[in-house]
Amino acid sequence: MKTLTINGKNHNIEAQGDMPLLWAIRDIIGLTGTKYGCGISQCGACSILIDGEVVRSCSLPVSYGIGKQITTIEGKTDNLEILRKAWEEINVPQCGYCQSGQLMAATSLLNNNPNPTDQDIDKAMSGNICRCGTYPRIRKAIHTAVKLKNK
Amino acid sequence: MEGMQNMSRRNFVKVFGLASGGLIIGCQFSSEKKIVRIDDGTTFTPNLFVQLKKDGKLILVCSRSEMGQGIRTSLISAIADEMEADWNYVSVEQATGDKKFGNQNTDGSRSVRTILDPMRKMGATAKAMLISAAAKKWQVSESDCTAEMHYVINKNNNKKLFFGDLVEDTMQIEIPKDVTLKDKKDFKYIGKTLKSIDIKDFTHGSAIYGLDARLPNMKFATIARCPSAFGTVKSFDKTNTLKVAGVESVVELEQVKKPFGMFGGVAVIATNTWAAIQGRNNLDITWNNGKNGKYDSKKYKQKITNRLHNKAKVVPPTTGNVNTAFSKASQIVEATYQLPHLAHAPMETPNALAWVHDGKCEVWAPLQDPQTARADTAAYLGIDLKNVTINVTFLGGGFGRKSKPDFVNEAVALSKKINAPVQVVWTREDDVQNSYYHATSAQYLKASLDKNGTVTGWLHRTAFPSINSTFMPKVDYAAGWEIGQGMNNNPFEIENTRFENAKAEAYVRIGWLRSVCAIFHSFGINSFIDELADKAQKDPLQFKLDLIGKDKIREENSPHPLNTKRLKNVINIAAKKANWGRNLPEGHGLGIAFYYSFYSYVATVVEVSVINNKVKLHTIWTVLDCGMILNKDNVLNQMQGAAVFGTSIALHGKITAKDGAIEQSNFHDYKMARMNDIPPIDVTLVESDEAPTGVGEPGVPPVAPAITNAIFNATGKRYRSLPLSDHGLV
Repeated sequence: MKTLTINGKNHNIEAQGDMPLLWAIRDIIGLTGTKYGCGISQCGACSILIDGEVVRSCSLPVSYGIGKQITTIEGKTDNLEILRKAWEEINVPQCGYCQSGQLMAATSLLNNNPNPTDQDIDKAMSGNICRCGTYPRIRKAIHTAVKLKNK
Repeated sequence: MEGMQNMSRRNFVKVFGLASGGLIIGCQFSSEKKIVRIDDGTTFTPNLFVQLKKDGKLILVCSRSEMGQGIRTSLISAIADEMEADWNYVSVEQATGDKKFGNQNTDGSRSVRTILDPMRKMGATAKAMLISAAAKKWQVSESDCTAEMHYVINKNNNKKLFFGDLVEDTMQIEIPKDVTLKDKKDFKYIGKTLKSIDIKDFTHGSAIYGLDARLPNMKFATIARCPSAFGTVKSFDKTNTLKVAGVESVVELEQVKKPFGMFGGVAVIATNTWAAIQGRNNLDITWNNGKNGKYDSKKYKQKITNRLHNKAKVVPPTTGNVNTAFSKASQIVEATYQLPHLAHAPMETPNALAWVHDGKCEVWAPLQDPQTARADTAAYLGIDLKNVTINVTFLGGGFGRKSKPDFVNEAVALSKKINAPVQVVWTREDDVQNSYYHATSAQYLKASLDKNGTVTGWLHRTAFPSINSTFMPKVDYAAGWEIGQGMNNNPFEIENTRFENAKAEAYVRIGWLRSVCAIFHSFGINSFIDELADKAQKDPLQFKLDLIGKDKIREENSPHPLNTKRLKNVINIAAKKANWGRNLPEGHGLGIAFYYSFYSYVATVVEVSVINNKVKLHTIWTVLDCGMILNKDNVLNQMQGAAVFGTSIALHGKITAKDGAIEQSNFHDYKMARMNDIPPIDVTLVESDEAPTGVGEPGVPPVAPAITNAIFNATGKRYRSLPLSDHGLV
């Protein structure tokens, strides 16, 4: 039995220690907002926060997450909430599938950099693929979130 | 069921009450897309588009699949607008795959084009009946009443009745014979901006995609498929697979020889996806690679290119005589263009959850074409269509891949074999390596210029494996509909033209991918006319406008024939937006391209710089004329997305095969445009009262040639093949 703390709640699970967090979160714990996209840290769809920093859950084992604070798209943090508002105001998503990961990456960005430039945004967000091509809106929404926050 | 009304008189709507106290209006489309009547109203059947509840809640059914194109918002907004509904009361329900909803195949950029009016009528009928009910109650004439924001209003005294409070009375109202659709100026939602009705689900991770479908005691499966198309299992050893914790069984699947039949292979059934993936890695399989086992796409591309050196099959129409034009030419220009295979790579890989039990089958999957999945499932299981339910989840991208439901076939077959609900998960490697690929292509263009630089002759010869090869044996030439995607019907005024198509066999499954043949036709044509402009020593913009010639509406068998005035208009707007002709910084260039596809007009200008042989995009300007616009922000989003999709094709897109196997496997070697590849995208939408035409696909075709034309403008170097990463530019 292993315990993962996700969005402030403890989950006791039976899983091999080398199972990637992604599959434990999706298939065992049942939080399906975190998405599978590539399995090799190339697309960012599986992004989650561990202690406030964005990581790729497809490539980190369950054992890594034990004893840490995990936040998924089902969770709530100040920056995530403000980014959600901005995402909704800008109407960012198309198919929406990658947006969980995009929001996680953007939350981590704002956690570390409260006022990012376009270059900062490009650097922080280029690990996340959006096949629908919502990049210009993501950029805009991150700036909007900063504005909402500073209001 | 109470309150059945007059089903035989007026034919397109039916009304009945629900036990829960609601008013429902539905319609049924026949396969010919006409609205036909429903006589059987005694049983509840969900062939319904409008449900009004007593608390005012309005549930509107979306019959088309949502894959990011915003259809769940835009289609139902048309019903709500005509009904004078308050958007805050509206929710959307996704239709299951069923013929009674009419054609549900969500491809070809045609949802709005083909079913906007029927949806508007659904809303207008509901409104008319609510007004009749209120008028009866007030004992005034219907013309004394109007509807607004979920209320019927008595114009004489401004009294109001809430839609929800009219539900019972409306059940007694006869269905109106005819309804009047609203005037454009009165639209509340149509043509305006509505945010996605699903936005909060997208931002909270609560939208359910196929991969998120869950059933109690379900199993997860991965399948090892032969690396070459249609290869089969010779033998396999599952010993090490069964040692993986969580793996329950290993099952062999037979190939199904149908267009969307499964490849077959060896399936690993497990309690979670990870175990299924690990178990598959541990399989030891020997394959019969079959007839495609030697496919080498590089050699193949050269082979079909070589065929372009000789006269090929002539495709009508031929005008004048190109040979005469060529012999009299002041200049002859020739060029050959080559493009690779592509895979759709939607962010959500193909997947399906199926449960076969008690002579029935239920499926949950991200499907563009749920009716085909339903029919194929019924046929595979040998059960009646009515015993198959196809639930359409959100699609994490589609781009054409998810209208080919081989993955449903797999899940259904496995569920039947192991007698449990099974979700088949395609890994990204599966998706990249076992797809229905966009055709690799070769094009040869030859034109004559007279001494004034006018094009007098035009020969366009192509070779690419046909999508029809997926549906029929021995298809070695392109289909008419493929050629018709802008090749033999280009918009130019040229006296002598000939079109030819050369043989091209298929060695992988060929399938449609967003914008289909327009991708390569546009690349060839837009590149070539840019080359012609250069040889004619003319400004490319003016040269291209001259080539299109005078205003005319083409005589063709089409619901929306090409109007050259509209085409030139988008080109002129794009040029103006980009400030065409301005002085550019050192190393910068502007390129323009345009295309008419899916009945819409698009022109794109791109500004690039090439510094140290690396290309950088600075701005993309795109202009779209798609006729009447249903949801403005949604259309903008689609056009921005198309610019990104086109940039992926230009910079990175390439699938190659060797020894029958696809050489790429995941996003590290089948790359996509990322945020740092994408410049500001400036989209202009032409205001128009014309009938609505395609939006999802038309934005893609001009992007890649606009980029290569811009590179030519910047450097004088012409790139006639893609992706640009092959030329060291990325």
